[in-house]
Amino acid sequence: MAQTLYDKLWNAHLVEQRDDGTSLIYIDRHLIHEVTSAQAFEGLSLAGRAPWRRSANLAVPDHNVSTLRTERIAGLAALPDPVSRIQLQTLDDNCKAFDIAKIPLNDLRQGIVHVMGPEQGAVLPGMTVVCGDSHTSTHGALGALAHGIGTSEVEHVLATQCLIQKKMKNFKVEVSGRLQAGVSAKDLALAIIAHIGTSGGTGYALEFAGEAVEALTMEGRMTLCNMAIEAGARCGLVAVDDVTLAYVRGKPLAPKEAHWAAAESWWKTLHSDAGAHFDRTVEIAGSSVRPQVTWGTSPEMVTSIDGRVPRLTDMPDETARQGLKRALEYMGLEEGMAITDIQPDAVFIGSCTNSRIEDLRAAAAVLKGRRISSGIKKALVVAGSGLVKAQAEAEGLDQIFLEAGMEWREPGCSMCLAMNADRLEPGERCASTSNRNFEGRQGSGGRTHLVSPAMAAAAAVMGRFVPVEALETLSPSSGGGA
Amino acid sequence: MRAFTQHDGLVAPMDRANVDTDLMVPKQFLKSIKRSGFGPNLFDELRYLDEGIPDADSSSRPLNPDFPLNFPRYQNASILLARENFGCGSSREHAAWALADDGFCCVIAPSFADIFRSNAFKNGILPIEFSSEQVDMLFGMMYETEGFRLVVDLVANTVTLPDGDVWSFEVDTFRRDCLLKGLDDVGITLQSTDAISAFEAEHAQRFPWLFEDVVL
Repeated sequence: MAQTLYDKLWNAHLVEQRDDGTSLIYIDRHLIHEVTSAQAFEGLSLAGRAPWRRSANLAVPDHNVSTLRTERIAGLAALPDPVSRIQLQTLDDNCKAFDIAKIPLNDLRQGIVHVMGPEQGAVLPGMTVVCGDSHTSTHGALGALAHGIGTSEVEHVLATQCLIQKKMKNFKVEVSGRLQAGVSAKDLALAIIAHIGTSGGTGYALEFAGEAVEALTMEGRMTLCNMAIEAGARCGLVAVDDVTLAYVRGKPLAPKEAHWAAAESWWKTLHSDAGAHFDRTVEIAGSSVRPQVTWGTSPEMVTSIDGRVPRLTDMPDETARQGLKRALEYMGLEEGMAITDIQPDAVFIGSCTNSRIEDLRAAAAVLKGRRISSGIKKALVVAGSGLVKAQAEAEGLDQIFLEAGMEWREPGCSMCLAMNADRLEPGERCASTSNRNFEGRQGSGGRTHLVSPAMAAAAAVMGRFVPVEALETLSPSSGGGA
Repeated sequence: MRAFTQHDGLVAPMDRANVDTDLMVPKQFLKSIKRSGFGPNLFDELRYLDEGIPDADSSSRPLNPDFPLNFPRYQNASILLARENFGCGSSREHAAWALADDGFCCVIAPSFADIFRSNAFKNGILPIEFSSEQVDMLFGMMYETEGFRLVVDLVANTVTLPDGDVWSFEVDTFRRDCLLKGLDDVGITLQSTDAISAFEAEHAQRFPWLFEDVVL
């Protein structure tokens, strides 16, 4: 019988299934970071249990690390915030106590867990992957079944190597044709969320398919799957193809030559069969997608750069009207205003959504030879990992950002969730390449507009949101909006 | 985990759609390595007028008088009435810990985000889905009647309204069983140790490259 990609991954990891459909799924890779693991290790200790399969685990600090070079060099003991220091130290202690592999803070390979994992080959096609972080959906880009989990589940996976799950339904988003120049995977992700809503994918495994998805690089596919959770789907998926295989080959933890042929032949089966049943399908024309900008406090509050903030009279019901009213008030925006009239005063380029080398190249291409607008008070560029940072520096991208007037920081989650010192002040408005525009997400009272790296860079130059493809005609000089 | 069988509790509102877990427990509290004590920080940015500091005493902080959960009539509520897609966003279990720590053992909404739903069950919190129309009716009755209570019966899968009306709800049978008995997942799964070991041996034969040690 024809199977979807999700069906195949599920079947290959099904340990047992109860009569009511509740199943045990075997977990191949467990990624660990400092924020959601301490309580799980504590639970393990209290119960006197050991990790079921030690070598399935790989840890890295990312959420709560400083991105300042001076603080990083000084090491953990010099971190000014004692609460953060204890949290990071606890990860070190737990990895030592349970003999779990960990990439240390100042290692070149350290980075955001969802950047580091694929980069090291710690995540491979056909794997089941979990992590105590909702953006674990990112790894579906490699044709892996990757779930974000809570801390109780982190403990459960450590203790049993399994996850208790019920099989989800299958949802395919088919994107035909090609994306236009200036339109990225981030724009496509936001356009899909605009279409199906932030709960459209709830209860589903969300497979992205079609010509426009096949044409994406691995980085682009990771951006797309990363945002699956913002559409409500715990995991996103893209079929394995030559792009995937070329990406995986040579990664440090990829299969050695002795196993490569066997691995490749299994991986080549990792696509949905013709005629496989999807419970829901949505079709989107790739050519219709324009650069996107969120205007509200949920990723579904989004429109294209050519669009306007909605009006209260556009809303279908009272809950939606109240939601819009509250979002506009929080965001400090007027109903019906043009997106191009919105003026950010901060820019953040980074996060597990958009901090890979391709993202930095896209932003640098816009910023090259330009200065950020005098209206931009804060502009951070935070590479996703030490390796991305080194690659960017080898290409001279760091100099482009610095000459434009931006800060070039050490790898970490940074201002995506603002656990560390990188955050917005109350009322500050940020063009951000991250994934969530929730109230207070980037700092209490901070206002987030989600965009692609190129769009964030264009907004930095002009001091307002502009269509990135029109920047040449809008920019009066290389001096930018100053 | 504490068992959940029947519960008679006061209902309080969280009257907005897409309540995310960042809103339930802001990021600064995620620095804690404990799993208890998050109750006073539930909805911290809405609940207080000042900014919350991790591990600080919240009892003398200025309360936001406009936030419904601070209204006297909703004090000691244990059932939260909410709108669609409750618990979306971050996987932080701190959201479920904070709800439980603040005395909530049941959330009623038209829909829940997947990860939150799972986290809730694992912390003795029952998420109940009713239709948008039913939830609208409950909001209406709750706003009209001070001291509006519901009786939730997980044995019978029903919610009884003050007027005696009984509404049925559906709940995952496995999760229901765990809640009724207060069972924790790890203990249940470890009863399948032999099955896991057998699967693992076969899996390692088929995919040997997955079982190599992580050498950094």
